[in-house]
Amino acid sequence: MWGLAVLLVSIALALAAPLFISARDLSAVTAPGSPRQAPSLHFPLGTDAYGRSMVAVTIWGARISLLVGLAATVMSMVIGSLVGLLAGHFRAWVATVLMRVTDWFLVLPTLVLAAALASVLHRGVGTVIIAIGVTAWPGTARLVRAQTLTVEARPYIERARALGAGDWHIIRRHVLPNVMPVILAQTTLTVSAAVLAEATLAFLGLSDPTRVSWGTTLQLAQQVGAVSAGDWWILLPPGLAIVLIALAFTLCGRSLEAIFNPRLAAGP
Amino acid sequence: MSLLEITDLTVTYPSASGPVLAVRGVDLAMDEGEKLGLAGESGCGKSTLALSLLRLLPRGARVAGTIRFDGEDILTMGWGRLRAVRWAAASIVFQGAMHALNPVRSVGDQVAEPILVHEKVPKAAPRRKVAELLEQVGLAPSTARAYPHQLSGGQRQRVMIAMALACSPRLIVADEPTSALDVMIQAQILRLVDRLVTDRGISLLLISHDLSVLTSACDRLAVMYAGRIVEEGPAGQVFSDPLHPYSSALAAAYPRIGDATARRNPQGLPGDPPDPSHLPEGCSFQPRCPVALGECVRTDPPLWPAGPARRAACVHVRDSCPGAAHG
Repeated sequence: MWGLAVLLVSIALALAAPLFISARDLSAVTAPGSPRQAPSLHFPLGTDAYGRSMVAVTIWGARISLLVGLAATVMSMVIGSLVGLLAGHFRAWVATVLMRVTDWFLVLPTLVLAAALASVLHRGVGTVIIAIGVTAWPGTARLVRAQTLTVEARPYIERARALGAGDWHIIRRHVLPNVMPVILAQTTLTVSAAVLAEATLAFLGLSDPTRVSWGTTLQLAQQVGAVSAGDWWILLPPGLAIVLIALAFTLCGRSLEAIFNPRLAAGP
Repeated sequence: MSLLEITDLTVTYPSASGPVLAVRGVDLAMDEGEKLGLAGESGCGKSTLALSLLRLLPRGARVAGTIRFDGEDILTMGWGRLRAVRWAAASIVFQGAMHALNPVRSVGDQVAEPILVHEKVPKAAPRRKVAELLEQVGLAPSTARAYPHQLSGGQRQRVMIAMALACSPRLIVADEPTSALDVMIQAQILRLVDRLVTDRGISLLLISHDLSVLTSACDRLAVMYAGRIVEEGPAGQVFSDPLHPYSSALAAAYPRIGDATARRNPQGLPGDPPDPSHLPEGCSFQPRCPVALGECVRTDPPLWPAGPARRAACVHVRDSCPGAAHG
């Protein structure tokens, strides 16, 4: 419940941000305050290196972070679940090929691959989503495959075969519903990881630097020496926001699992 | 023509210690509407035989011989045809209904599943049919909304029976449908199955280790030992007057009501069934047989005809029925 509340508030704030934050507030040229002001009544969280209000920057940053985090997660979950289900259901050579490809992606350093992709492709939000999406799926694929294998060994799969069901029917009607809790739990973890990855790529300067996100904010803070100067108000808000979002997603995942699994739910 | 005709069926499983012969040359025929009981202890190949009927054996199992269902050979038919035959022509009631139901889908969904797989109808269409089926097996139509974990073992087995009836098959294979149920529920389930198949003229292949259950539910009985059928005949005769020493041992293991001596000492059979990867020489029952002869170690007797509609694979049968040796 807390997770959902935090999540809804964050999403509402991110969606409503254009209503109370204007382009002027976020422009480096027309920033309302002077650079690196400590928190005051007018700027409750101080200002960043350009003199922008940290409140505005942090709220605006949620837009990119959530967008990239969710889109990249959806992408990686779709790839990972598909690979895992197919490998777990068909075994034999299909599984061998799919799992070797998965292993290959698994041993590649994810960050390096994402960084390479982000720098090769056209720079922008879409690129960051793809870079994270195509590198974050191997863990999911292995997990889903393992769960698929245990479900495939259950007698009701044999029963489904006996009643003339095809592969597609078995995967969709019997395996997927049983693997779903695992996928959902993994999704929440992946969202947190994707938000972190987005921040990392942005911090390394591999995303669109003109867009305000938590990663670019931290990068800017690092560039101007906020760390050594002890300007905590520039570092803490985006950092805590990342932690809070990751935590919120994990809590939501837990609740979802309880709802989707009838054995955990109460009887009628 | 019989509905089901199995000739010389052999099933071999590969294993690290060499091939395992689970079924060795089984011949069996079933007529339309007939109720056949298949008896035997664990590991004798009963379930393997049942699964091979719909080609449900695990990959790697080697199957030889022919299985004709209504004149069509199951073992050689195409994949699409096989899927159509599965359930619509012959359905299975699995042992252990607890696990044969998917825990995350409602009962109604699962009973409707064979209908949706076999008939191209919209998703909501089978709802009436499901309610009807559930009522026929003695469950409230509202059970359709329940999940398997909310039902008792007996109720789940009823659901499995409803599912088996969903596509109006011509043959139902019931593989130990009453295992893990208590005796009262066993009797209820068996009576239910008996009534349903008799009303509809469906053939029933009932598999169990319990000879008394089979005798009460079936017309004909086949006793399996170590992958082969060792005796076959009308149910009552096989139980009360077994010809093969293994059938006698099985029959003697159950006390009979009204027979004081049998009640006081039900007979066990010493020894274990043979390891199917290392079968004994000659007759596979010979090491445990109380009446084995010298020649039993050398020859594995085939099924001899032994009276009207009876067959048994024992040298004693050959010796007592003079005509049998030529049969």
